[in-house]
Amino acid sequence: MNDLAAPVVFAPPRPGATPWLRERGQREVFCGLTSIVWLHRKLQDAFFLVVGSRTCAHLIQSAAGVMIFAEPRFGTAILTDRDLAGIADANDELDRVCLRLLERRPDVRALFLVGSCPSEVIKLDLAKAAERLNARLLPQVRVLAYSGSGIETTFTQGEDSALKCLVPALPATDAKQLLVVGCVADVVEDQLRRVFDALGIGPVSFFPSRRAAALPAVGPNTLLLPAQPYVGDAVRLLFARGAQLLEAPYPFGAEGTTAWFAAAADAFGVPAARFAAVTQPLADRARRAVARHRERLQGKRLFLMPDSQLEVPLARFLSRELGMALVEVGTPYLDRQLLGRELALLPPQTRLCEGQDVDAQLDRVRAAQPDLTVCGLGLANPLEAEGLATKWSIELVFTPIHGYEQAGDLAEVFARPLDRRARLTV
Amino acid sequence: MQLTLWTYEGPPHVGAMRVAASMRGVHLLLHAPQGDTYADLLFTMIDRHDRRPPVSYTTFQARDLGGDTARLVKAAAAAAYERFRPDVLLVGESCTAELIQDQAGQLAASLGLPVPVVPLELPAYSKKENWGAGETLYRLVRALLADRVPPPGTKHHRGPAARPRANLLGATAMGLRCRDDVVEVGRLLAQLGVEVNAVVPLGATAADVRRLPEADFNVDLYPEVSRPTALWLQRSFGMPFTKTVPMGVNATRRFVAEVADLADVDAAPVLAGERPGQARLDASRSRLPWYSRSVDSTYLTGKRVFVFGDATHALAAAAMAKEEMGFELAGIGTYSREFARELREAAQRFGVPALVTDDYLEVEAAIADAAPELVLGTQMERHIAKRLGIACAVISAPMHVQDVPARYSPLFGFEGANVLFDSFVHPLMMGLEEHLLQMFRGDFEFHDGAAASHLPLARAAGGARLRPGAAFGGTMSDATHAGTASDAAACADAAHAGTAADAGAVVQATAPLQAASGALPRWTAEGEEELRKIPFFVRGKARRNTERFAQERGLTEITIETLYEAKAHFGR
Repeated sequence: MNDLAAPVVFAPPRPGATPWLRERGQREVFCGLTSIVWLHRKLQDAFFLVVGSRTCAHLIQSAAGVMIFAEPRFGTAILTDRDLAGIADANDELDRVCLRLLERRPDVRALFLVGSCPSEVIKLDLAKAAERLNARLLPQVRVLAYSGSGIETTFTQGEDSALKCLVPALPATDAKQLLVVGCVADVVEDQLRRVFDALGIGPVSFFPSRRAAALPAVGPNTLLLPAQPYVGDAVRLLFARGAQLLEAPYPFGAEGTTAWFAAAADAFGVPAARFAAVTQPLADRARRAVARHRERLQGKRLFLMPDSQLEVPLARFLSRELGMALVEVGTPYLDRQLLGRELALLPPQTRLCEGQDVDAQLDRVRAAQPDLTVCGLGLANPLEAEGLATKWSIELVFTPIHGYEQAGDLAEVFARPLDRRARLTV
Repeated sequence: MQLTLWTYEGPPHVGAMRVAASMRGVHLLLHAPQGDTYADLLFTMIDRHDRRPPVSYTTFQARDLGGDTARLVKAAAAAAYERFRPDVLLVGESCTAELIQDQAGQLAASLGLPVPVVPLELPAYSKKENWGAGETLYRLVRALLADRVPPPGTKHHRGPAARPRANLLGATAMGLRCRDDVVEVGRLLAQLGVEVNAVVPLGATAADVRRLPEADFNVDLYPEVSRPTALWLQRSFGMPFTKTVPMGVNATRRFVAEVADLADVDAAPVLAGERPGQARLDASRSRLPWYSRSVDSTYLTGKRVFVFGDATHALAAAAMAKEEMGFELAGIGTYSREFARELREAAQRFGVPALVTDDYLEVEAAIADAAPELVLGTQMERHIAKRLGIACAVISAPMHVQDVPARYSPLFGFEGANVLFDSFVHPLMMGLEEHLLQMFRGDFEFHDGAAASHLPLARAAGGARLRPGAAFGGTMSDATHAGTASDAAACADAAHAGTAADAGAVVQATAPLQAASGALPRWTAEGEEELRKIPFFVRGKARRNTERFAQERGLTEITIETLYEAKAHFGR
């Protein structure tokens, strides 16, 4: 519980570099289970079974909002008193629930057992459970286990955890190839793939793939290009399979997307002229789309609360391509390996804050009176009621924002709240 | 372990949050890990609160578990008090904290804060949200009134006020239309000359809670939340409480009589104008009785309705549907296990099966099975109904943002009955329109490709625009259609329940049925054509019944004759 007076301020490692705060306190951030909401849309043959409490079920339901599908491909095995008191053997119960579930859903090819805070605390070994179930179910269904618990993971980190548990299952290859790591919407994946094709870069695989039953291969000649800044643990596990990391900014905005493709182009020896011929028209179009929103955002002061782990790349995009002034850039955690290129592009002396003490941070928001605050759903309306414009950050993980064709949409996401305020006279 | 896809209720600590978020000057400290703050958005996004719920979270992490999470609780409690300066501090634990057994409540109490600290026991692995709200309210009221409880046997004294006074108990944040219900019930009491002493917990302060014993009696508005408190106030202060929930015209009239009795006032100012059984606009303070008797409502007759929700709303809506709307009940259920007995009794009275479950899939199967024409439920049933192609109105929490309207729209009292009449009828209008379009699918204007007129596509495609009831002609087609609908409904006997396959029923439910029964008889082209003339919302049932009829008689094909033979067989 840090109070405002005593945040830990780290000196910048070199003069002019970015200083940062590290806070410890109440976090107004989802836990890793929430990432199931988009993971299950991406992995179309997978079922995500949270082993947890009623709270877990309620959380996913609240985060998923109105997304009640015919029968969702996620659910919760809710622990009850019987399981805790040892009246029922938790492992037997889990097997029973899984088999019942798979009976209902014969279309499921991968079953993810997702650990939660309660299952971690009672030390229910889901990895062992997966092993046990695999002995019965493979090759029909592959059972995997990872933790999305709030005591270990924040929001998007749940995806990192899920990818991590898939790494050992990836087939091996020695071929030189590019592996894009992190969920992007299918439409974005198709767009990116077309650009790679035009550049002559290939083969290109995406991890995760759309089907868990058809996972991409990995090996010593695999080059990793993360599409999301929160896949650090999965990337580091892929190193153990021999893969190497292409360091790049993330494909947000015209500049970020070009730099992201350039990292791959360099590694695959794409001639500069060809790179320019392919990317320049796309970048120009993206810049035109972004420019429409510059007038609204230029010079406006931006405060990003920590939430999706996308804050640093977004701050870079908004400051460099839209001219916004950064008051504070919060991030749940700072992965220097995956964010290195991004941090270098932030304006000098940008205030970075790792972790959160929400009340102290809100004090800073109130003191700074930013023109726009990016925050979670729990804080948006209360801040609006204090006269501060907000953008809820969850939209950033549910809408396609990557690549050239979405650059304008991404800018619009931040311009919209200001546009709306300008329209209303009541 | 219980496999759950969607839940009707959150964990009990969310119930505690609902109580805290309803009040002023009350703060809740939750011993909880990161992620549990998700519940804040229920209040700020669904209920559109303009302030954060007054809740602090200790946010412990895995690395704290071996160490001193207890210290974290004390620090968080002290910090929460320092920052928010509440009049009362509630302390609870979420599911994970319950496992690490820090006794957060005792720890916070040991800090010696200058305000009452109320520890809450919220067993997350056996109890749920409404129970948690009820328990929290009870603990809070008990703690704040502990020093005011008179010796046993003391007779309750009317307060200093000249007029009788009542407390309204149980309205909370995230409760369906609680905001407007307390206004409506307050007006009703005022018309009887009864003052509202305190509304608790919605909008209440600790001081309001302290004033509770100054009232003559309590109105137990939402028994799921307020019954434990109402019982305790009765035991400790001899305060009686109302047993009727004023939802629907009849229930409101009974409620008025009950209040008049408890307050020892004359019910005539309100009830004198109520003339049950009379078909006149001025026969009630509510328009429902006249609207229901108005001839254009004839088509509502015998419409099959499935009701599911919390016990309070489900019971009241079922009685209304049957007695005030002229519907037929197709089933009734609740997720409130605490009121299972009351619900089963009501189901028996109505002669329909009772469903007591919090398993969403079970509710879906029961609805598909009953093949109703209207579902009155929660936001979950709205999704079920949408998938099955059945009309639906939301009458109970859990709710979504669209169930928190800007306009005044209570569910209780006479105005509440007006609101409910509209809510029940509007989705049916839409269903009717769709049916007409399907009936006239061969017609050159109302052809199959024409979408319903409420969809923008209809105009663009030059399709039909049909507004039932908009003109005399419309009303005529309603009446014609009503006959068809009830005939077909007769074909759908609950005792021979099938699934509404045509209406998109759950595939899983039908598949084993077909597998078990072997090859189905073949429909002749004429039989199939005739079947299509049956309203879509009962067509599935008619199809299944006919197939079953044919199968039992060893018929290999189904003709028009078979269809009507089956109809006569299953019809009532």
